[in-house]
Amino acid sequence: MLTVENLGISFVTRMGTNKAVDGISFTVEAGKITAIIGESGSGKSVACYSLLGLIPQPPGRIDSGRALFEGQDLLQLTEAQLRETRGRDIAMVFQDPMTCLNPYMTVGNQLMEPLRYHKKVSKAQARERALELLEEVGIRDPASTIDNYPHQFSGGMRQRVMIAMALINEPKLLIADEPTTALDVTIQAQILELLAALQKKRNIGILFISHDLAVVADIADTIVVMQEGKIVETGNRDDIFRHAQQPYTQKLLRAIPTGGKSEVLPKSETLLSIRNLSTWFRQGKTHVKAVDDVSFEIRRGEVLGLVGESGSGKSTIGRSILRLVPITSGEVIFDGTDITALAARELKNMRSRLQIIFQDPFASLNPRMTVFDTLAEPLLLHGLDNRSTVGASVLRLMDDVGLARSFVRKYPHEFSGGQRQRIAIGRALATRPEFVVADEPVSALDVTIQAQILDLMRELGKEYSLTILFISHDLAVVRKLADRIVVLQKGKIVEQARTSELFEQPQQPYTRQLLQSIPGRALRANAT
Amino acid sequence: MTTPVIANIIEAEQGTSLWQDAWLRLSRNRLALFGLAVLVLFILIATLTPWIAPYSYTQHNLDLGATPPSAAHWLGTDIFGRDMLTQIMYGGRISLAVGFIATAVALLIGITWGAIAGYAGGRVDAVMMRMVDIIYALPFMIFIVLLMVVFGRNMLLLFLAIGAVEWLTMARIMRSQVQSLRQQEFVEAAISLGLSPATIVRRHLIPNALGPIIVYTTLTIPSVMLLEAFLSFLGLGVQPPQTSWGLLISFGAESMEEYPWLLLYPGIAMTLTLFSLNFLGDGLRDALDVRGAKD
Repeated sequence: MLTVENLGISFVTRMGTNKAVDGISFTVEAGKITAIIGESGSGKSVACYSLLGLIPQPPGRIDSGRALFEGQDLLQLTEAQLRETRGRDIAMVFQDPMTCLNPYMTVGNQLMEPLRYHKKVSKAQARERALELLEEVGIRDPASTIDNYPHQFSGGMRQRVMIAMALINEPKLLIADEPTTALDVTIQAQILELLAALQKKRNIGILFISHDLAVVADIADTIVVMQEGKIVETGNRDDIFRHAQQPYTQKLLRAIPTGGKSEVLPKSETLLSIRNLSTWFRQGKTHVKAVDDVSFEIRRGEVLGLVGESGSGKSTIGRSILRLVPITSGEVIFDGTDITALAARELKNMRSRLQIIFQDPFASLNPRMTVFDTLAEPLLLHGLDNRSTVGASVLRLMDDVGLARSFVRKYPHEFSGGQRQRIAIGRALATRPEFVVADEPVSALDVTIQAQILDLMRELGKEYSLTILFISHDLAVVRKLADRIVVLQKGKIVEQARTSELFEQPQQPYTRQLLQSIPGRALRANAT
Repeated sequence: MTTPVIANIIEAEQGTSLWQDAWLRLSRNRLALFGLAVLVLFILIATLTPWIAPYSYTQHNLDLGATPPSAAHWLGTDIFGRDMLTQIMYGGRISLAVGFIATAVALLIGITWGAIAGYAGGRVDAVMMRMVDIIYALPFMIFIVLLMVVFGRNMLLLFLAIGAVEWLTMARIMRSQVQSLRQQEFVEAAISLGLSPATIVRRHLIPNALGPIIVYTTLTIPSVMLLEAFLSFLGLGVQPPQTSWGLLISFGAESMEEYPWLLLYPGIAMTLTLFSLNFLGDGLRDALDVRGAKD
């Protein structure tokens, strides 16, 4: 149905010409789901956006190629012809349902707009059609919600609305750009299921763009793997998963977190114990109970996974332990001392023993400080080094986290995401802490980098004999590292168990739902 | 922080800081460089005036009166027979000093005030910013006029009065910058390292907030200079025998039909300075735009 041949796109900037897409060819068949997989910067989105003329030119430039859709070359269409095609024959679903809906228009009106634009239908007919579609994409009671505004819908519901909007003109091809990346796992599973069902029912072609092989493992028919603007490998799903030919594809497959670690449950004493912790945030006259009466313990040397969806309070617990947010009530007892009761001076000394690694390596480093300044700061502050010895300590830290020594005078913006996360880890370990909170440390990274950072954390955990509270929304990642797991929902603990027990015999329905939502079921079935 | 020398690695690559990066961008902007060059030249002249001025400041020649530009007096003379070039050079000293010193006063108060309010948040922030609002609400022209009338006209007071008005916007900009920065994870990381609030503000917040402040500074200096000119024009600012560009323009305007050069040349000096500052400010805004600086 869609045949792309030798497509090449470059971006011309002041710094020179950058080839984003370098002669790629692929086809999308009707009634099939074709997935394009690649890490950030692989050109997967650029390639797909160019099909609809959504690449701004300049700086973008289409160098070569054809994109035949029903006999027409999409790349040669005029702007007016493109407008005709967009939304009617080819529709798009974007990543972020929060920003893709106009907050000042009701959902119903936004749904009706593309229909009324492309086809001459009356308002009443359009409304009827919109209601049908909302029903079809699984919006409960569409008759009463169609006149609501986007903010009255949850993220998952908004993505359903986006899908309905894309489908309203009965397109033949749907381009979905990371449609589930911004969503919680359980919602992600539902949306994937919905897309697969709609595709079967309507027999349309779907071009699914994703950075995550596991996500497409369950739904894609054909998989196209891209790296640095080129296609590395194309094949049907089973071929790719069972016997990938190219080393890069194999690397991607290996990077998917599978299996767990061999748990060693230390018999050592309790290092950190959290008792009846509550952290509420004021919102107008009421409170949001971000953390609501939570108690758990971590033993010395243990890695405890803290798992939950957005809004479960998992990050707030981490920040409460370190007193980065004021707690409402409860105790945090670290090695016999109640951290919540410490005065400023005692707290400062205590801080060298507890550290944190953040999610976003672009926000967690001061952009105006070199690697040296960043790593030297904690060492000098806590008197672990003086000015003459600090240089050697910084270099040792860089060795430990796998950064080349020659980078010592560079600034954060000169590093990639994975390297920045290494700097952040180095800073957290500088004072040789006993306990580290790792708050989604790999969620912002590409899969292959993610695997490297997880390995690094595992090694360093042993080397520095760390106790780690590993916070993540991703059960598959937590499984790789954690000895024990605490599952949170809406600020309360749902279940806590050893990792293997939790995966094999989840006790609570919510845990079971979470486990079933982990993408890549087909993949794991293959692996075993 | 001064970094100790790391002797044992020779091959350490020198990174480019965001400041260096900004300078690179600025140096590609011809208009901004022109502005910078003019400013440097004027400041140099102003500093050296007592030594390089063609005539002494007090030298006058009533018999000569106002003469158009000539070989002896390049920019002509005023009605008292004083050399205009000398007058403009001495006037520039005062005008530039008012511009830079008053702005420096504004910067010092504004950055400190705004950074504290933004970092502390809550009630402290509310009280501090309400004070700013209250001073904002005073009609500042009347405020300055009152100060001048009550305490008499003197230069120091002029600096302080203008600075006291201009710091308000600085404080607001600084506060909003610090507020958004403090949500960033690197500040949380600094807290969890155990740094004191003062160190966090000084080392992590202020350097990152300076971009917009620098840009605003280059726009504040001309507005301060205009304010001085305006006050002098009204007879409330600098008073004879001292002079400033504003005062010269004021005198020139009185006799602009008979002796146009008395208005023209101080006007050109003032305009050139203001243009230069604006070009430099525009250039800096583009150069310091962090979003552009990342790629």
